[in-house]
Amino acid sequence: MNLEEIKSQIEANVPGCSLQILLNGSPSGQHSLLVDKEHGLTVASYLRDGASPKFDYCSNVTGVDWPLKETSTKQKTKKIVDGVESEVEEVIKTATGNYLEVVYHLFSMDARQGPLVLRMRTEDRVDQVHLPSLTPVWRSAELQEREVYDLFGVVFDGHPDLRRLLMWDDFKDHPMRKDYVDPDDYEYEPTAHDEVLKRMQAHYAAQGAPSASEETR
Amino acid sequence: MSVLTEASVDTVSMPADDHLQGDLLEISMGPVHPSTHGVFRMNLLLDGERVVKLKPVFGYLHRNHEKIAEHETYLGSMPYTDRLDYICSITNNWAYALAVEKLAGIPVPERAEYLRVITGELTRLQNHAGLIGFLLQDMGASGTPLMYAFREREKILDLFEALTGARMMCNYMRFGGCRCDLPAGWMEQAKKVVDEFPRFLDEFESLLRTNEILMERTQGTGIVTREQAINAGLSGPMARASGVNYDLRKVDKYGIYDRFSFRVPLGEHGDVYDRFMMRLLEMRESLEILKQAMRDIPSGPHKDPNTKIRNFRPKAGEAYGRIEAPKGELGFYLISDGGPNPYRYRVRPPSLINLTLLEQMCIGHNVSDIVIILGSIDIVLGEVDR
Amino acid sequence: MLGEGIIKGLAETARNFFGSYVNKERLTTVQYPEERLPRIEATRDFPFLVYDGDDWEKGLRCVACQICEKECPPKCIYIEKSKDKKPDAVGKPQNYPAKFDIDVSVCMSCQICVEVCPFDAIKMDVQFELSSDDRFGGLLLTKDKLAKSNEYYHEIHPTEAAGVDAALAEDREKEKEKQRLAAAAAAAAAAAKAAAAAAAPPTTVAATKDGAGSGGAAKEEAK
Ligand code: SF4
Ligand code: SF4
Repeated sequence: MNLEEIKSQIEANVPGCSLQILLNGSPSGQHSLLVDKEHGLTVASYLRDGASPKFDYCSNVTGVDWPLKETSTKQKTKKIVDGVESEVEEVIKTATGNYLEVVYHLFSMDARQGPLVLRMRTEDRVDQVHLPSLTPVWRSAELQEREVYDLFGVVFDGHPDLRRLLMWDDFKDHPMRKDYVDPDDYEYEPTAHDEVLKRMQAHYAAQGAPSASEETR
Repeated sequence: MSVLTEASVDTVSMPADDHLQGDLLEISMGPVHPSTHGVFRMNLLLDGERVVKLKPVFGYLHRNHEKIAEHETYLGSMPYTDRLDYICSITNNWAYALAVEKLAGIPVPERAEYLRVITGELTRLQNHAGLIGFLLQDMGASGTPLMYAFREREKILDLFEALTGARMMCNYMRFGGCRCDLPAGWMEQAKKVVDEFPRFLDEFESLLRTNEILMERTQGTGIVTREQAINAGLSGPMARASGVNYDLRKVDKYGIYDRFSFRVPLGEHGDVYDRFMMRLLEMRESLEILKQAMRDIPSGPHKDPNTKIRNFRPKAGEAYGRIEAPKGELGFYLISDGGPNPYRYRVRPPSLINLTLLEQMCIGHNVSDIVIILGSIDIVLGEVDR
Repeated sequence: MLGEGIIKGLAETARNFFGSYVNKERLTTVQYPEERLPRIEATRDFPFLVYDGDDWEKGLRCVACQICEKECPPKCIYIEKSKDKKPDAVGKPQNYPAKFDIDVSVCMSCQICVEVCPFDAIKMDVQFELSSDDRFGGLLLTKDKLAKSNEYYHEIHPTEAAGVDAALAEDREKEKEKQRLAAAAAAAAAAAKAAAAAAAPPTTVAATKDGAGSGGAAKEEAK
């Protein structure tokens, strides 16, 4: 299975979609295909029904959080200022990330090929977090997309039953995001030495309640 | 109804909606219920005994294993994988080790591959033995079959303990091999267990396989068709009971599975009975693999000598590695950013995804059938909720 | 025939029931705690610290390098390094753990601390009857509770302990050899210095020392 071939197949059959191959640096060689979210659903149905081989089995669906990451690299350039050539150091800032990503691992059952790694990205991490749900194409995405919604906060449009899966219903945050901080009223099991104990003591001290750990000691 | 004559029905004034029809009853089954195999809850809408609607509720055992793993070194997550599907810790280790090996390109020596196959197939045996015991227990065959199954399972757990030091939390695989080699006398003991296992299977089959009550209850219950199974991503014995010929040991041929000759049993109807039979038949095939592996195992190192355990940093990239765990396709998806901890660590839990069609399987059946349908899916909540 | 399956099943149950009186294979349970199954050698549950010799405080192999503390997945080990140094079992001055606590209610018996310890100082115990109603007093094991003798280690894991002892002895041999070589090299270096000094104009005290000849010999030896 060649990713280039599949890409050109999709491009020929799904007009207007923009695809991009993302290379993977690890020895696994599982490169992935980035699909624009407008055509996500059409590309998915084409992959299931029209492509050859047909990717009828969607095994794994998951999210990845890529917070904004600014890297600055210094570059020396030669500039001619007033007729004098001098070396000027320029700081080039590149910002990467600032989106949530959903990854689908597809396999073809009959041709026994795969994985075809499909990715979609949201525009940012705050409010533009909508992506098309692929559950209408592969039912196996149903619970897994719910999980991604729950833990990452990606909203899947077109999902039949988008509720939290693992956290309770009135839980607010999305725990798998990289910037998640757990609340300090969390019921920790205090251990003898770590900061969990200190946090818990601080929490109870602020509340004026007796520290649970002092009682047990 | 029979006491009411036609005349009396006429004289009793009936309100507009039919009382005998009754209201729909909403009940919550679980989270602490003996038949849900852990803390699993289903919200049921019942019409009498019949299920009209079913919504599973997850998360009672959620501990965010994936987040924990992002704060652990690659090796540090290995013992946590034991606790996913705590019945089959060795295959969990294997799937994780396989994913990391893909991510970092680590070779596995030959003997280690054989050790993995042997321990992995023993895991499948004890998982399936336990499962059919539980399933029959769910059907009301109280105690007896479960005890027989556990008696046999115990012998395999003893083997695990002799090899890894623990019965269930084995923590046995390492990247590029296994943690330790076989202790003296282990192979003989294992051969004995493998030789005696078919006798247990025969007994077990004669105990209940042709039992009329069991057949009556399980045949035609909880049907999943082939197309549904594929689309819903069912895997493992669940999918094969519906006739999906997809066994990763044959498809991916991970490790050294291409060296063994074994068959993949397939079901036809996709009902509870087929799933029950699937486990029985798979155990026989596992025994075949075990015999071949125990015969052919070469000597040599049990792990790749060049892979460090500490300060292990695969270079940036990602990998998805999957194996045929006893419950289905167990996959690990890892993204490395070059650091000592994985950037993203994802478990593809077969137990959870096999539950996708639970509602559809149960609708129209009695409450007591939900119990056996759930039992036949083979879930472990440690893995469902992670 | 209807009911045949049921009768077959009942016959099987009867066979197992009566069989359990005569066949050990069919009755594998014992009445714990009066009876116990023989312990399997590789069994592990919680870690302990090994010491050599008679004095547990002096003989601890642990040098408080804190590797296990860092690698322990649930972070249940807590170590405080000593400020001073004292000779370890081999006789080299080393740090020692002023405090070494393992919270066994958090420990998950994964054995990673054992695998990463470069000094074979921490090993897995087999003591499992630890239940206590005192969360910290009973389940936070301190250094004195953790220290167990090498003899005890031999008793619970004979094969493994023998291997460890052999490896340690070999290491010690190597260490001695290295020390000897290092000493010789140092002597050679000193001699070479002396020789260099001797070659220089005889103004220094070193020049008066007669070291050139023996220094050359030491060099030969060191090579
Ligand atoms: S037990 Fe071993 S690893 Fe841990 S501090 Fe002591 S010497 Fe270091
Ligand atoms: S056995 Fe595992 S959990 Fe327990 S102290 Fe050692 S490393 Fe930590």
